[in-house]
Amino acid sequence: MKTLLTCTVNGEERAVLADTRDTLLELLRDRLGLTGTKEGCGNGNCGTCTVLVDGAAVCACLMLALEAPGRDIVTIEGIASGAGRLHPVQQALIELGGTQCGFCTPGIVLSAKALLDANPAPTDQDIRHAIAGNLCRCTGYGKIVEAVAAAAASARGQ
Amino acid sequence: MQEFVYACPHSIEEAVAAMRGGDARALAGGTDLIPQLREGRRRAVRVVDLKRIPELTAIAALPDGGIAIGAAANATAVARHAAIASTYPAVAQSACLIGGVQVQNRASLGGNICNAAPSADAVPALICHAARARIAAPDGTRELPLEQLFEGPGRTLLDPGELLVSILLPPAAPRSAAKYLRFTPRREMDIAIAGAAAWLRLDANGVIAEARIVLASVGPTPLRAPAAERRLAGERPTPALLEEAGRLAAADSRPISDTRGSAEYRRSLVAVLTARALGDCCRQLGTGIATP
Repeated sequence: MKTLLTCTVNGEERAVLADTRDTLLELLRDRLGLTGTKEGCGNGNCGTCTVLVDGAAVCACLMLALEAPGRDIVTIEGIASGAGRLHPVQQALIELGGTQCGFCTPGIVLSAKALLDANPAPTDQDIRHAIAGNLCRCTGYGKIVEAVAAAAASARGQ
Repeated sequence: MQEFVYACPHSIEEAVAAMRGGDARALAGGTDLIPQLREGRRRAVRVVDLKRIPELTAIAALPDGGIAIGAAANATAVARHAAIASTYPAVAQSACLIGGVQVQNRASLGGNICNAAPSADAVPALICHAARARIAAPDGTRELPLEQLFEGPGRTLLDPGELLVSILLPPAAPRSAAKYLRFTPRREMDIAIAGAAAWLRLDANGVIAEARIVLASVGPTPLRAPAAERRLAGERPTPALLEEAGRLAAADSRPISDTRGSAEYRRSLVAVLTARALGDCCRQLGTGIATP
């Protein structure tokens, strides 16, 4: 069964026809064409599909599209500030080599953004906890943690 | 995924009406239910989303000094709630063990309970605190001790049309403390091979007046450890006593062997985790004993 629903995605109100059984991930990728959000395990273990819902990091594969109305959803497509300027976490991941194949990167970026929005000066422990639900199988976590810490420092003007 | 009807009630009455018929599943965070529906491990003709019902997501003080946690309140909200974090720290800390941050932002304590996994991390600390379950049914509401809600792996004793509304924590007793510890191969994002929660209440002389021990992942449901609890009551805590209670808890456990660990390994873990959880309670209570 199809339902017309309205939600805010990356600051824009979107009306979209969704199947009752669509997850938020399917809504974003297949109905709205926002393929920056990746599907990994599909059951909440890998964090590859992490998006922000009302500012909180969630796995898009674990939420029904029908739960989206009235929610403010932010995906990887929505966090650069425009005019070619990346989000500080994106910039730091590039500069410090915190990405290799890149498949986990959108999820890592959004988990890190949620952390920094709530805690501008996280410890390494805070960073590791924030990305514990994001699996990376190639770069390893050291450079990712360094990049998030660097992004936090640059956002604080240090 | 099978076709289902999505219901989004705004009151408990509407939700109970939507649950009627026994072929509905309540949806809170969806972190268990959505993969189960997709993989065909659970079926539902209707999915009843509880998150638009204010009482279901609220965390509120009770007139008796306790706290009511809405069954659909997410784990992050529970962990960050000031009164829960200060008065029931074991409950707040347990909520932070469910998956990673993304899962905690969605998963509810009610879902952790109703999914009825023997490894459910939120449950042992709640039972240690003598939490009660408030349940809504078509003919009114009822309450029962949370520990009586479980039937077996994945099964509760809720009637098909019933809905868990909230978890009621009684006021914390003076000179009491609780702790839940689990063993996982990975520090986060893992399922307990075994877990143990302990709760101690001391009398004015520092003697254990009452003890509760609840074990996870070592039986078909969360298990009390009655022999260990009896051994502790009336005694002054010492390292040797806590270790003995750990051994008795291991004997009280009923683990199986599976891919995550053998029964023998789980019993060994129960002994260690129980003694350590008891030791942490003593540390919180300032008994000054060297903890195992």
